[in-house]
Amino acid sequence: MVILFGFTLNGFEVLAWENMSILEVAGFYGIEIPTLCFMEGLSPYGGCRLCLVEVGPVGKSRLVTSCTYPAREGIEVRTHSQKVLQQRRMLLELYVAACPSSKWLQDLASKHHVTEVRFKPKGEECILCGRCVRMCREQMMGEAIGYVDRGTQRRITTPFDKKSEDCRLCGGCMYVCPVCQLRCQGPKEESTLCSSCLNLYPPCAEKFEEVMCYMDPCAACELEKG
Amino acid sequence: MKTFCHCNNHYGLENSSIILFMQNIQRNCGYLPEDELKRLADNTGTPLMDIYSIATFYKSFKLEPQGEHTITVCTGTACHLRGSGEVFEEMAAVLGVGSGGGTSEDGKYTLEKVNCLGACALAPLIVIDGHYHGNVTPGKAREMIEEHYK
Ligand code: FES
Ligand code: FES
Repeated sequence: MVILFGFTLNGFEVLAWENMSILEVAGFYGIEIPTLCFMEGLSPYGGCRLCLVEVGPVGKSRLVTSCTYPAREGIEVRTHSQKVLQQRRMLLELYVAACPSSKWLQDLASKHHVTEVRFKPKGEECILCGRCVRMCREQMMGEAIGYVDRGTQRRITTPFDKKSEDCRLCGGCMYVCPVCQLRCQGPKEESTLCSSCLNLYPPCAEKFEEVMCYMDPCAACELEKG
Repeated sequence: MKTFCHCNNHYGLENSSIILFMQNIQRNCGYLPEDELKRLADNTGTPLMDIYSIATFYKSFKLEPQGEHTITVCTGTACHLRGSGEVFEEMAAVLGVGSGGGTSEDGKYTLEKVNCLGACALAPLIVIDGHYHGNVTPGKAREMIEEHYK
């Protein structure tokens, strides 16, 4: 038997059933939460923190990762509050600084109006989102890659850094990788931030504290103002 | 070289005993040889990747052959303040290993760093083959090596 229960999502009452994550419920109601390490068909990992949402009453809320946080009866969730938007932009700034060559990250940054990167670009090749590791295990029945070392040394590789016997060369790991695809300018870009597809920052966030909008890309209000 | 196989009976082939197996291999071989880990993976059904992850996660697992004697210099805060840096440099010079530690070419010594051995009152501290020596100076450490471990 499925047990249905209600909770508040961005101010309105929604229904969910047990074992649904906030991300799933939000998706069901057409609210888009940006994700990076989450992928349908793979187990949620909760590593990238990009899917942050605010849970709890204003002033007493905390930020949780919606891909791993189960929806519960009566909770109050805000997916696009000022606090969330701010943290998300900060995260994206960090990601772009870590890996400026990734198209995926640049696109996300533009979409969320990241206009500057205040950190030193690192030129990393991996952001440890672990999609490839889970893809290999959970979809390709292989165990060819995994995490090695720990702390700042942590990286993803094959056992003993050699070609793994478990690898069937399916390419699934590259297929799901958010940083393998290079940004449009090619590998030798000059600026850390691409910004070619910069979206507009929702002006309603300042006025209403929360964005509740179905315009994508968001432009209408901005144009009206001008 | 002994293999780990005899210890199967001790722990039962459970995924959760994987660390015990690995410790056993290390005890027998001095480090974790690649073939042994492969055999362990086959025998326990644990993915080799997981075993390798564990082996690299814990500092006490070694993937390289170790020297006959292991010299560990504590570089924790207390030891650092009381000059463990110089002790380490001296040791590296005496044992003939690189400035970052490692195993000497003749395979006699392995020099490594740790972050606090939990005996800060004795700082600076070095451990030679499991024996703790407190309040060492570069000179004392050199003497110790030259007298007992040459
Ligand atoms: S998508 Fe939820 S933490 Fe990465
Ligand atoms: S710092 Fe060396 S024992 Fe604690």
